[in-house]
Amino acid sequence: MDIEKILKESGTSQKDLVPLLHKIQAAYGHVPPESIAAVAKHLHLSESEVFGVLSFNRFFTLAPKGKVRVTVCQGTACHVRGGGRIVEEMEKKLGIPAGQTTADKKLSLEKAYCLGCCAIGPVVVVNGTHYSLVSPQKVDSILEKAKTAE
Amino acid sequence: MRKLSHPDHLAEWKRIIQEERPAYQKVIAVSSGTCGRARGSLQILETLTQEIERRKLSDTVGVEATGCHGFCEMEPNIVISPEGLFYKKLEAKDIPAIVERTILKNKLIPSLVYEDPATGRKYPRQREIPFYQKQMRLLTENNYRINPERIEDYIVLDGYQALAKALFDMTSESVIAEVKASGLRGRGEAGFLTGKKWELCREAHGHPKTIVCDADEGDPGAYMSRGLLEANPHSLIEGMIIGAYSVGASEGFICVRTEYPLAVKHVTLALEQARKHGLLGAAIFGSEFHFDIQVVQVAGAFVSGDETSLIAAIEGRKAFPRQQPPFPAQQGLWGKPTNIHNVETWANVPVVLNKGAEWYAKIGSDKSPGTKIFNLGGRINNTGLAEVPLGTRLRKLIFDIGGGIKNNRALKAVQTGGPCGGCIPAGKIDIPLDYDTLSQAGSILGCGGIIVMDEETCMVDAARYSLNSSSEESCGKCVPCRVGTKQMLEILNRITRGQGEALDITRLENLAAVMKAASLCGLGQLAPNPVLTTLRYFRNEYDAHIREKRCPALVCQGLLPEKKKAKNTRRPETGRKAI
Repeated sequence: MDIEKILKESGTSQKDLVPLLHKIQAAYGHVPPESIAAVAKHLHLSESEVFGVLSFNRFFTLAPKGKVRVTVCQGTACHVRGGGRIVEEMEKKLGIPAGQTTADKKLSLEKAYCLGCCAIGPVVVVNGTHYSLVSPQKVDSILEKAKTAE
Repeated sequence: MRKLSHPDHLAEWKRIIQEERPAYQKVIAVSSGTCGRARGSLQILETLTQEIERRKLSDTVGVEATGCHGFCEMEPNIVISPEGLFYKKLEAKDIPAIVERTILKNKLIPSLVYEDPATGRKYPRQREIPFYQKQMRLLTENNYRINPERIEDYIVLDGYQALAKALFDMTSESVIAEVKASGLRGRGEAGFLTGKKWELCREAHGHPKTIVCDADEGDPGAYMSRGLLEANPHSLIEGMIIGAYSVGASEGFICVRTEYPLAVKHVTLALEQARKHGLLGAAIFGSEFHFDIQVVQVAGAFVSGDETSLIAAIEGRKAFPRQQPPFPAQQGLWGKPTNIHNVETWANVPVVLNKGAEWYAKIGSDKSPGTKIFNLGGRINNTGLAEVPLGTRLRKLIFDIGGGIKNNRALKAVQTGGPCGGCIPAGKIDIPLDYDTLSQAGSILGCGGIIVMDEETCMVDAARYSLNSSSEESCGKCVPCRVGTKQMLEILNRITRGQGEALDITRLENLAAVMKAASLCGLGQLAPNPVLTTLRYFRNEYDAHIREKRCPALVCQGLLPEKKKAKNTRRPETGRKAI
């Protein structure tokens, strides 16, 4: 899927910006920095406006992400139940800080502030699959499964 | 069923659905919201379906995936109708026995029945379980009767009748009068009178007017919007159409967080079905009223909770709030009058019209009528979603419905309203939960998050955690919030590390006063609440940290006695079982 095709299918007003960025991120796994100029031109915005929205919303990312996205919830309820330890454990096992991607570009580790599953925390999501009541002991098996995830 | 082009078609459609429905002797509803799925409900659903097919019972036993039933602690769970039996914490291996014994022979399986940990009494029926029995479920009662992917289930439960009534038996003004008379208030942070807001929007100049449903639930520890969107999306859609008719809007938006994929899926599907049947789009019910709704996926910023910043997000700008007035009801999306409510408020609208304002106004307290869904979380036995009349005492919610504190510890405080809410001390447990009383106690009702803290929680650390959340979420537009949250957080960080100074408390109070007075939106104005309430009710803990360099709850790592320190090394830096 190339940028031009995505742009063609999208509207041209400012309100189409966020849906457009969603589409680009869905196609590439991130928003390639070189697409900003094309998006700005298509929507008749300045590049700085596009960049502003892009960097304001934490869902979007400019850096390429791995195919496997591991998200650890850090909301209040998960924090109470030790969500912080899960992140630490994952960082240690993967050797990268949260927010980054492993050297082989396969797996990205992310933090989220409340995924809305507070009763069953700490929660970890791997490419849309939820793991509940995660303990540091379970981290290994989750990462093992994550490596084989699509 | 073809498009509905007359209100009478609704009753006819309901009759047809009822006739065409398979005559099941039993229906098994599997709670399959996001939490349920995370606990394996889809596997339960699959195994159940296979087992029913294997035994050739498909004609007599129905299996449905429903939204969340509210009792998240007991996921995955099922409700078997018509008896209303409740089986909890299921595993795939339990399924053959359920079909064999309960479905075929009408016998209970005691090990799967809910048992009250306090009394040891078993409650086979859902409605008798104290968690459910003591609630008043106006909005959530139907959750286990509805497959959210089918509009027919909502129609059978008299769905869209309030809309038909509004469109054909009432004028826009009389709908507004009815909603005003009911006393319904916004279920968000401000608690503004819904009918009054509609009136403002209707009277405002400008066209086209818009309706927005704020389902960008960024408040950590609250997921009632997700629960409603996933379980009963048509209820809020119906509420929005009625609202649009009242204020004269032609376009609507539902803003859902990208983090809620299942909610996005269900609400998108529900909109398509409503459109297909003529309940949305051009000429609704064959009338002259046209209105349509789009789903907008917001990309994750808590500040979008403010109405003006949500507007900016929909317009494709950075989600910055702006000065009010003019209020969004006067100048909102693209400068036109816009009416914004959250999911729960919209879902209340059909209830008001169906039951009547007089009936509705009698529920709850005088100034806060109706029910409210609360999110029970933290150190409480029964976590989940509980719906009770406003004005219900906190004690009832925590002990009667919530089953008390985990491991029988002592209650210390309850944080209401998320990171912008305050901490109510255990001594005020008899406080009625309504907008005004909570605000007098220094907290807010907010969207209904309830985080229970026990004796092992350090209140300074709890305030620090909330401030950390607020400082990360601050959009940075106005100085009092951007700098204030950061400075407060740094002072609290210092205090919890054992480097607090006597002057710090005055500094915190001064910062809080400036932020409350000068911040642009609710986030900055309310962010000091956790600090102010903990200072008000738990001043001694601050003193212990600052003067005695001691953390009474033994949470703050920098202040632990040497022996404890060694013991606590496996615990997270941010607090042992804190909050």
